[in-house]
Amino acid sequence: MGGQLGDHLHVEGDSPVHRLPAHVKLIGLVVFVLLVVALPRDAHLARAATLAVAVIVVALTRVPVRHVLSRLVVETPFVVFAVVLPFVATGPRTTIGPVTVSRPGLEAGLALLVTATTSVLMAVAFATTTSSRDLVRALQHLHVPDRLVQILAFMVRYLGVVGSQAQRMKVARESRGFAPRSVRSWPVIATSAGALFIRSYERGERVHLAMMSRGYTGRMPVTDPLRATPTQWGHGLLPGALALVTLVAVVVS
Amino acid sequence: MSAPVLDIRGLAFAYPDGHQALFGVDLHVHRGERVALLGPNGAGKTTLVLHLNGILTAGAGSVSVSGLPVESGNHLEIRRRVGIVFQDPDDQLFMPTVRDDVAFGPANLGLRGAELDARVESALAAVGMSEFADRAPHHLSFGQRRRVAIATVLAMEPEILVLDEPSSNLDPTTRRELAELIQSLDVTLLMVTHDLAFALQLCERAVILSDGIVAADGPTRAILEDADLLGRHRLELPWGFSG
Ligand SMILES: Nc1ncnc2c1ncn2[C@@H]1O[C@H](COP(=O)(O)OP(=O)(O)O)[C@@H](O)[C@H]1O
Ligand SMILES: [Mg+2]
Repeated sequence: MGGQLGDHLHVEGDSPVHRLPAHVKLIGLVVFVLLVVALPRDAHLARAATLAVAVIVVALTRVPVRHVLSRLVVETPFVVFAVVLPFVATGPRTTIGPVTVSRPGLEAGLALLVTATTSVLMAVAFATTTSSRDLVRALQHLHVPDRLVQILAFMVRYLGVVGSQAQRMKVARESRGFAPRSVRSWPVIATSAGALFIRSYERGERVHLAMMSRGYTGRMPVTDPLRATPTQWGHGLLPGALALVTLVAVVVS
Repeated sequence: MSAPVLDIRGLAFAYPDGHQALFGVDLHVHRGERVALLGPNGAGKTTLVLHLNGILTAGAGSVSVSGLPVESGNHLEIRRRVGIVFQDPDDQLFMPTVRDDVAFGPANLGLRGAELDARVESALAAVGMSEFADRAPHHLSFGQRRRVAIATVLAMEPEILVLDEPSSNLDPTTRRELAELIQSLDVTLLMVTHDLAFALQLCERAVILSDGIVAADGPTRAILEDADLLGRHRLELPWGFSG
């Protein structure tokens, strides 16, 4: 029943990025993205430098380029926004070929596009090299509230189960001649969604029983704590450090 | 004789909605026994199972495991002693990998490190799933998931293994392989089923639970040969069998 959350993103491998402990990568990612977003709008050179850093990190993961590209689709809304900006923004005009656009709008659009691409590339470098299991361990290690971590872990585990249940219900509806054509079919779909919700809720109860039966008392046991050497921290925080250097350089100059 | 592993006396239970599922169940299981708990759908089998480790609390009567009464103070110890494998392995396997899932129970009992790893390895070996330790449960076949579900409970080294309808939804080959697996385990077993052939193959003793009471208790073969008894409790041998 393919298409699992997490499995879809993760690509097995043994690159230097794959080998870094997940919590180090996660902190490194957050620090880097925060600094990139903090760059002033007209710091074009600095922004290009952070993009280069992100590209290098992605290259280090040795994940095939087409995987990376297919994962960049999450960026689409930013691209649309960036393309629209030069046309709708006010201020001095400038001419590119046949069209005249707003100069501040163009700059803002480009800045937005580069910032988004840099951040998404780095996020893809993280997601493709970190299994959902390690992501969960990293969040646990970083003391993200246990409830949130569990919700995420169960989502990864049961999305496919619920999805295939929804699929079976759809097949069952259609086998009995149901075709969703008009507004009149909405109540049927709403009823199915309700049934799916109830089944998922009941599943949740049964999973909870199974957990209690194996001694669960409200906290997930940490069996395999993550550990990182200072060198690994150094590597993980290197992109963030580079972004910090560019930011400082921009602010100082 | 030492205290029975499982000692159920006069157990009665009604669900909060008022539906009474158990009306005074008496059952003793001794060390090393393999007992089949037979009964039609809705007989109260799963309800009974949920009392064995304190998930449900008896309305009347009592349950003890190797002399320890099931009550709120000692749930963790009871859950170590009683290993329940539920009907749907998707309910039982909730961790990201097989290894984490098998480790969940013993980790809750406080095991860590090499000791925990050893438990996990031996439980997976017992069900023949060692090479799947790092796979995600949702990437396994149904039969494999059922094996792993058994391993998750074996890893707690229970005194009694309770299986709720282990042969449901299995194709004939997988069903036979599961029977061989259960046969190979050296444990006290309470197996809930309405698969009579499966019960005959694996358990020397059978108990019929019907309408919330124990309606028969004896050697499996003798019970399966009593067509009247089976008929009264909506149990049937597969077509072509004659006890
Ligand atoms: N959560 C519940 N609330 C109310 N009634 C229930 C609940 N679970 C089961 N029952 C009822 O209790 C009876 C016994 O159910 P169960 O123990 O699941 O039977 P079995 O496992 O033998 O098929 C059935 O009539 C069932 O409808
Ligand atoms: Mg049942």
